[in-house]
Amino acid sequence: MSFWKKIRRQGWIWGVLAGMLFLAIGITGGQFTVIWRKAVMVCLECIGIG
Amino acid sequence: MELGEGMKKIRLTVQLLFTILTNGYAYGFLGGKIYQGQLKYACVPGLNCYSCPGAVASCPMGALQALLNQKGFEIPFGVLGVFFLFGSLLGRFVCGWLCPFGLVQDLLYKIPVFRKRKRLPFHRILKYGKYVVLVVLVFAGSIFLLGGLAKVPAFCKYLCPSGTLFGALPLLGTSGQLRDQIGGLFYWKLGILLLLLGLSVKVFRPFCQYLCPLGAIYGWFNRFSLVQVNWEKDKCISCGACEEACPVGLSRKEISRSPECIRCGKCAEVCPMECLYFCRTGAKAEETQASGRKKIEN
Repeated sequence: MSFWKKIRRQGWIWGVLAGMLFLAIGITGGQFTVIWRKAVMVCLECIGIG
Repeated sequence: MELGEGMKKIRLTVQLLFTILTNGYAYGFLGGKIYQGQLKYACVPGLNCYSCPGAVASCPMGALQALLNQKGFEIPFGVLGVFFLFGSLLGRFVCGWLCPFGLVQDLLYKIPVFRKRKRLPFHRILKYGKYVVLVVLVFAGSIFLLGGLAKVPAFCKYLCPSGTLFGALPLLGTSGQLRDQIGGLFYWKLGILLLLLGLSVKVFRPFCQYLCPLGAIYGWFNRFSLVQVNWEKDKCISCGACEEACPVGLSRKEISRSPECIRCGKCAEVCPMECLYFCRTGAKAEETQASGRKKIEN
Protein backbone atom coordinates (compact mmCIF):
# COMPACT_ATOMS: atom_id res chain seq x y z
CA MET A 1 0.00 0.00 0.00
CA SER A 2 1.39 3.39 -0.98
CA PHE A 3 2.47 5.96 1.57
CA TRP A 4 -0.33 8.36 0.66
CA LYS A 5 -3.00 5.63 0.88
CA LYS A 6 -1.73 4.73 4.34
CA ILE A 7 -1.82 8.37 5.40
CA ARG A 8 -5.37 8.74 4.07
CA ARG A 9 -6.50 5.59 5.89
CA GLN A 10 -5.11 6.95 9.10
CA GLY A 11 -6.17 10.52 8.38
CA TRP A 12 -9.03 10.43 10.85
CA ILE A 13 -6.67 9.44 13.68
CA TRP A 14 -4.43 12.43 12.95
CA GLY A 15 -7.55 14.58 12.73
CA VAL A 16 -8.80 13.40 16.12
CA LEU A 17 -5.37 13.95 17.67
CA ALA A 18 -5.18 17.44 16.17
CA GLY A 19 -8.70 18.10 17.42
CA MET A 20 -7.78 17.07 20.95
CA LEU A 21 -4.64 19.21 20.83
CA PHE A 22 -6.61 22.23 19.59
CA LEU A 23 -9.27 21.65 22.24
CA ALA A 24 -6.58 21.54 24.93
CA ILE A 25 -5.05 24.78 23.64
CA GLY A 26 -8.52 26.36 23.52
CA ILE A 27 -9.36 25.24 27.05
CA THR A 28 -6.09 26.43 28.56
CA GLY A 29 -6.38 29.72 26.67
CA GLY A 30 -9.80 30.34 28.18
CA GLN A 31 -11.57 30.31 24.82
CA PHE A 32 -14.47 28.22 26.11
CA THR A 33 -15.16 30.85 28.77
CA VAL A 34 -15.54 33.40 25.96
CA ILE A 35 -17.93 31.02 24.18
CA TRP A 36 -19.89 30.38 27.40
CA ARG A 37 -20.22 34.10 28.13
CA LYS A 38 -21.63 34.64 24.64
CA ALA A 39 -23.90 31.59 24.77
CA VAL A 40 -25.62 32.34 28.08
CA MET A 41 -26.80 35.81 26.97
CA VAL A 42 -29.54 36.19 24.36
CA CYS A 43 -27.61 36.84 21.14
CA LEU A 44 -29.43 39.83 19.64
CA GLU A 45 -27.64 39.44 16.31
CA CYS A 46 -28.74 35.79 16.08
CA ILE A 47 -32.39 36.65 16.61
CA GLY A 48 -32.25 39.58 14.21
CA ILE A 49 -32.67 42.58 16.47
CA GLY A 50 -29.05 43.45 17.25
CA MET B 1 -21.85 -2.47 9.80
CA GLU B 2 -24.95 -2.79 7.63
CA LEU B 3 -28.08 -0.95 8.58
CA GLY B 4 -30.42 -2.39 5.94
CA GLU B 5 -33.91 -1.23 5.04
CA GLY B 6 -34.87 0.35 8.33
CA MET B 7 -32.23 3.04 7.86
CA LYS B 8 -34.75 5.74 6.99
CA LYS B 9 -36.57 5.19 10.30
CA ILE B 10 -33.33 4.89 12.24
CA ARG B 11 -32.06 8.17 10.79
CA LEU B 12 -35.29 10.02 11.53
CA THR B 13 -35.28 8.66 15.09
CA VAL B 14 -31.66 9.70 15.63
CA GLN B 15 -32.36 13.16 14.18
CA LEU B 16 -35.41 13.65 16.41
CA LEU B 17 -33.73 12.32 19.55
CA PHE B 18 -30.61 14.41 19.03
CA THR B 19 -32.66 17.55 18.39
CA ILE B 20 -34.75 16.95 21.53
CA LEU B 21 -31.67 16.07 23.59
CA THR B 22 -29.74 19.18 22.58
CA ASN B 23 -32.79 21.45 22.85
CA GLY B 24 -34.30 19.84 25.92
CA TYR B 25 -34.47 22.85 28.24
CA ALA B 26 -38.27 22.95 28.26
CA TYR B 27 -38.41 25.69 30.91
CA GLY B 28 -36.75 28.02 28.40
CA PHE B 29 -39.61 27.66 25.93
CA LEU B 30 -42.19 28.23 28.65
CA GLY B 31 -40.50 31.20 30.28
CA GLY B 32 -38.90 32.79 27.19
CA LYS B 33 -35.43 32.46 28.74
CA ILE B 34 -32.31 30.66 27.61
CA TYR B 35 -30.32 28.01 29.48
CA GLN B 36 -27.35 29.49 31.34
CA GLY B 37 -25.71 26.40 32.81
CA GLN B 38 -22.29 24.79 32.52
CA LEU B 39 -23.19 22.65 29.49
CA LYS B 40 -22.92 25.73 27.31
CA TYR B 41 -19.16 25.51 27.60
CA ALA B 42 -19.50 22.65 25.09
CA CYS B 43 -20.50 22.85 21.42
CA VAL B 44 -22.96 20.60 19.62
CA PRO B 45 -21.75 19.28 16.26
CA GLY B 46 -24.57 20.75 14.13
CA LEU B 47 -26.03 24.19 13.48
CA ASN B 48 -28.05 24.81 16.64
CA CYS B 49 -28.48 28.43 17.75
CA TYR B 50 -27.43 28.98 21.36
CA SER B 51 -30.18 31.56 21.67
CA CYS B 52 -32.78 28.86 21.19
CA PRO B 53 -34.61 28.78 24.55
CA GLY B 54 -34.17 25.01 24.68
CA ALA B 55 -30.50 24.83 23.66
CA VAL B 56 -28.34 23.20 26.31
CA ALA B 57 -25.02 23.66 24.48
CA SER B 58 -23.37 26.14 22.12
CA CYS B 59 -23.53 26.43 18.36
CA PRO B 60 -20.08 25.82 16.81
CA MET B 61 -20.59 28.51 14.17
CA GLY B 62 -21.71 31.07 16.76
CA ALA B 63 -18.80 30.03 18.97
CA LEU B 64 -16.33 30.47 16.10
CA GLN B 65 -17.61 33.97 15.47
CA ALA B 66 -17.59 34.81 19.19
CA LEU B 67 -13.89 33.96 19.25
CA LEU B 68 -13.15 35.87 16.04
CA ASN B 69 -15.03 38.90 17.40
CA GLN B 70 -12.71 39.34 20.36
CA LYS B 71 -10.36 42.29 20.57
CA GLY B 72 -7.25 41.63 18.52
CA PHE B 73 -6.86 38.39 16.61
CA GLU B 74 -6.58 34.99 18.22
CA ILE B 75 -6.62 31.67 16.37
CA PRO B 76 -9.90 30.03 17.49
CA PHE B 77 -8.26 26.77 18.59
CA GLY B 78 -11.18 25.72 20.78
CA VAL B 79 -13.69 25.62 17.93
CA LEU B 80 -11.11 24.27 15.48
CA GLY B 81 -10.75 21.39 17.94
CA VAL B 82 -14.50 20.78 17.83
CA PHE B 83 -14.46 20.79 14.01
CA PHE B 84 -11.46 18.45 13.80
CA LEU B 85 -12.89 16.06 16.36
CA PHE B 86 -16.41 15.75 14.94
CA GLY B 87 -15.18 16.11 11.33
CA SER B 88 -12.50 13.43 11.60
CA LEU B 89 -14.87 10.98 13.22
CA LEU B 90 -18.09 11.69 11.32
CA GLY B 91 -17.55 14.09 8.40
CA ARG B 92 -20.89 15.29 7.01
CA PHE B 93 -22.64 12.46 8.84
CA VAL B 94 -23.24 15.33 11.27
CA CYS B 95 -25.33 17.10 8.59
CA GLY B 96 -27.32 14.03 7.67
CA TRP B 97 -27.99 12.67 11.14
CA LEU B 98 -27.36 15.26 13.85
CA CYS B 99 -28.27 18.74 12.58
CA PRO B 100 -31.63 20.16 13.76
CA PHE B 101 -31.98 22.54 10.83
CA GLY B 102 -31.22 19.65 8.47
CA LEU B 103 -34.07 17.74 10.12
CA VAL B 104 -36.46 20.65 9.50
CA GLN B 105 -35.50 20.71 5.82
CA ASP B 106 -35.84 16.93 5.56
CA LEU B 107 -39.36 17.06 7.00
CA LEU B 108 -40.38 19.85 4.63
CA TYR B 109 -39.03 17.89 1.66
CA LYS B 110 -41.34 15.02 2.62
CA ILE B 111 -44.45 17.19 2.07
CA PRO B 112 -46.05 15.65 -1.01
CA VAL B 113 -46.54 18.79 -3.09
CA PHE B 114 -44.64 19.93 -6.18
CA ARG B 115 -42.40 17.76 -8.31
CA LYS B 116 -39.28 17.31 -6.20
CA ARG B 117 -35.85 18.43 -7.37
CA LYS B 118 -32.53 17.27 -6.01
CA ARG B 119 -30.69 20.42 -6.99
CA LEU B 120 -31.22 24.00 -8.04
CA PRO B 121 -30.36 25.11 -11.59
CA PHE B 122 -26.70 26.19 -11.86
CA HIS B 123 -25.85 23.73 -9.08
CA ARG B 124 -22.26 23.43 -10.28
CA ILE B 125 -21.72 27.10 -9.49
CA LEU B 126 -24.15 27.52 -6.58
CA LYS B 127 -22.64 24.66 -4.56
CA TYR B 128 -19.63 26.88 -3.93
CA GLY B 129 -21.94 29.35 -2.17
CA LYS B 130 -21.27 27.72 1.19
CA TYR B 131 -17.53 28.34 0.82
CA VAL B 132 -18.22 31.97 -0.07
CA VAL B 133 -20.43 32.28 3.05
CA LEU B 134 -17.68 30.68 5.16
CA VAL B 135 -14.98 33.05 3.92
CA VAL B 136 -16.98 36.26 3.49
CA LEU B 137 -19.50 36.13 6.33
CA VAL B 138 -17.90 33.88 8.94
CA PHE B 139 -14.22 34.78 8.69
CA ALA B 140 -13.85 38.12 6.91
CA GLY B 141 -17.26 39.40 8.04
CA SER B 142 -16.59 38.55 11.65
CA ILE B 143 -13.17 40.04 11.62
CA PHE B 144 -13.64 43.34 9.83
CA LEU B 145 -15.78 43.58 6.69
CA LEU B 146 -19.41 44.15 7.57
CA GLY B 147 -18.86 45.33 11.10
CA GLY B 148 -16.41 48.08 10.22
CA LEU B 149 -14.48 48.81 13.39
CA ALA B 150 -17.00 47.08 15.64
CA LYS B 151 -16.79 43.37 14.90
CA VAL B 152 -20.06 41.53 14.34
CA PRO B 153 -20.96 37.85 13.94
CA ALA B 154 -21.93 38.51 10.32
CA PHE B 155 -23.19 35.01 9.50
CA CYS B 156 -25.47 34.89 12.56
CA LYS B 157 -26.61 38.46 12.04
CA TYR B 158 -27.35 38.52 8.33
CA LEU B 159 -27.97 34.95 7.22
CA CYS B 160 -28.37 32.15 9.76
CA PRO B 161 -31.92 30.76 9.41
CA SER B 162 -31.41 28.45 12.39
CA GLY B 163 -31.13 31.48 14.68
CA THR B 164 -34.36 32.92 13.33
CA LEU B 165 -36.28 29.65 13.54
CA PHE B 166 -35.00 28.21 16.81
CA GLY B 167 -33.93 31.43 18.55
CA ALA B 168 -35.90 34.44 17.38
CA LEU B 169 -39.38 33.01 16.89
CA PRO B 170 -39.72 31.25 20.29
CA LEU B 171 -38.12 34.17 22.17
CA LEU B 172 -40.13 36.87 20.40
CA GLY B 173 -43.25 34.80 20.92
CA THR B 174 -42.83 34.97 24.69
CA SER B 175 -41.08 38.32 25.30
CA GLY B 176 -42.89 41.57 24.59
CA GLN B 177 -39.73 43.51 25.43
CA LEU B 178 -37.85 41.81 22.59
CA ARG B 179 -40.83 42.17 20.24
CA ASP B 180 -40.72 45.95 20.69
CA GLN B 181 -37.19 46.00 19.26
CA ILE B 182 -38.05 44.27 15.97
CA GLY B 183 -36.79 46.18 12.94
CA GLY B 184 -35.65 45.79 9.35
CA LEU B 185 -32.92 43.29 10.20
CA PHE B 186 -35.42 40.88 11.72
CA TYR B 187 -37.65 41.06 8.63
CA TRP B 188 -34.60 40.46 6.42
CA LYS B 189 -33.74 37.34 8.41
CA LEU B 190 -37.34 36.21 8.51
CA GLY B 191 -37.51 36.62 4.72
CA ILE B 192 -34.41 34.43 4.30
CA LEU B 193 -35.88 31.82 6.62
CA LEU B 194 -39.22 31.72 4.80
CA LEU B 195 -37.49 31.58 1.41
CA LEU B 196 -35.33 28.65 2.53
CA LEU B 197 -38.20 26.80 4.19
CA GLY B 198 -40.38 27.29 1.11
CA LEU B 199 -37.57 26.15 -1.15
CA SER B 200 -37.01 23.09 1.05
CA VAL B 201 -40.43 21.76 0.06
CA LYS B 202 -39.29 21.61 -3.56
CA VAL B 203 -35.49 21.18 -3.41
CA PHE B 204 -33.56 18.82 -1.12
CA ARG B 205 -31.90 20.77 1.73
CA PRO B 206 -31.13 24.02 -0.14
CA PHE B 207 -29.45 25.61 2.87
CA CYS B 208 -27.14 22.62 3.42
CA GLN B 209 -26.27 22.31 -0.26
CA TYR B 210 -25.64 25.96 -1.04
CA LEU B 211 -25.20 28.12 2.04
CA CYS B 212 -24.19 26.26 5.20
CA PRO B 213 -20.61 27.13 6.27
CA LEU B 214 -20.62 24.22 8.72
CA GLY B 215 -21.31 21.84 5.83
CA ALA B 216 -18.39 23.42 3.97
CA ILE B 217 -16.11 22.65 6.91
CA TYR B 218 -17.31 19.09 7.56
CA GLY B 219 -17.30 18.38 3.81
CA TRP B 220 -13.54 18.78 3.85
CA PHE B 221 -13.29 15.88 6.33
CA ASN B 222 -15.51 13.53 4.27
CA ARG B 223 -12.55 12.11 2.36
CA PHE B 224 -10.82 10.65 5.40
CA SER B 225 -13.31 10.63 8.28
CA LEU B 226 -13.77 7.44 10.31
CA VAL B 227 -17.39 6.86 9.25
CA GLN B 228 -17.65 6.15 5.53
CA VAL B 229 -20.14 4.70 3.07
CA ASN B 230 -18.13 1.99 1.39
CA TRP B 231 -18.70 1.01 -2.27
CA GLU B 232 -17.57 -2.49 -3.24
CA LYS B 233 -16.79 -2.05 -6.89
CA ASP B 234 -16.49 -5.81 -7.51
CA LYS B 235 -20.04 -6.55 -6.35
CA CYS B 236 -21.62 -3.55 -8.13
CA ILE B 237 -23.87 -4.36 -11.11
CA SER B 238 -24.14 -0.67 -12.15
CA CYS B 239 -27.94 -0.67 -11.87
CA GLY B 240 -27.93 3.03 -10.97
CA ALA B 241 -30.36 2.61 -8.04
CA CYS B 242 -27.98 4.40 -5.66
CA GLU B 243 -27.51 7.35 -7.99
CA GLU B 244 -31.27 7.67 -8.41
CA ALA B 245 -31.82 7.49 -4.64
CA CYS B 246 -29.02 9.91 -3.70
CA PRO B 247 -30.84 13.09 -2.64
CA VAL B 248 -27.93 15.32 -3.60
CA GLY B 249 -27.47 13.65 -7.00
CA LEU B 250 -24.02 12.12 -6.58
CA SER B 251 -22.61 9.39 -8.79
CA ARG B 252 -21.66 6.11 -7.09
CA LYS B 253 -17.98 7.00 -7.34
CA GLU B 254 -18.61 10.29 -5.54
CA ILE B 255 -20.78 8.85 -2.76
CA SER B 256 -19.21 9.20 0.68
CA ARG B 257 -15.96 10.90 -0.32
CA SER B 258 -17.54 13.90 -2.04
CA PRO B 259 -17.83 16.99 0.18
CA GLU B 260 -21.50 17.11 -0.85
CA CYS B 261 -22.35 13.66 0.60
CA ILE B 262 -24.28 14.02 3.87
CA ARG B 263 -24.11 10.27 4.62
CA CYS B 264 -27.88 9.93 4.75
CA GLY B 265 -27.50 6.27 3.75
CA LYS B 266 -30.24 6.27 1.11
CA CYS B 267 -27.81 4.73 -1.40
CA ALA B 268 -27.09 1.85 0.98
CA GLU B 269 -30.79 1.35 1.61
CA VAL B 270 -31.69 0.83 -2.05
CA CYS B 271 -28.63 -1.11 -3.24
CA PRO B 272 -29.90 -4.56 -4.36
CA MET B 273 -26.43 -6.10 -4.12
CA GLU B 274 -25.61 -4.58 -0.73
CA CYS B 275 -22.38 -3.26 -2.14
CA LEU B 276 -22.88 0.11 -0.43
CA TYR B 277 -22.80 0.13 3.35
CA PHE B 278 -21.66 2.15 6.33
CA CYS B 279 -18.23 1.19 7.58
CA ARG B 280 -15.18 2.69 9.18
CA THR B 281 -12.22 3.95 7.16
CA GLY B 282 -9.86 1.20 6.09
CA ALA B 283 -12.17 -1.62 7.18
CA LYS B 284 -12.29 -3.07 3.67
CA ALA B 285 -8.54 -2.83 3.19
CA GLU B 286 -8.00 -4.64 6.49
CA GLU B 287 -10.43 -7.41 5.42
CA THR B 288 -8.59 -7.78 2.11
CA GLN B 289 -5.23 -7.99 3.87
CA ALA B 290 -6.60 -10.55 6.36
CA SER B 291 -8.05 -12.75 3.61
CA GLY B 292 -4.76 -12.48 1.70
CA ARG B 293 -2.85 -13.65 4.78
CA LYS B 294 -5.25 -16.60 5.21
CA LYS B 295 -4.71 -17.65 1.59
CA ILE B 296 -0.92 -17.55 2.05
CA GLU B 297 -1.15 -19.60 5.27
CA ASN B 298 -3.35 -22.19 3.55
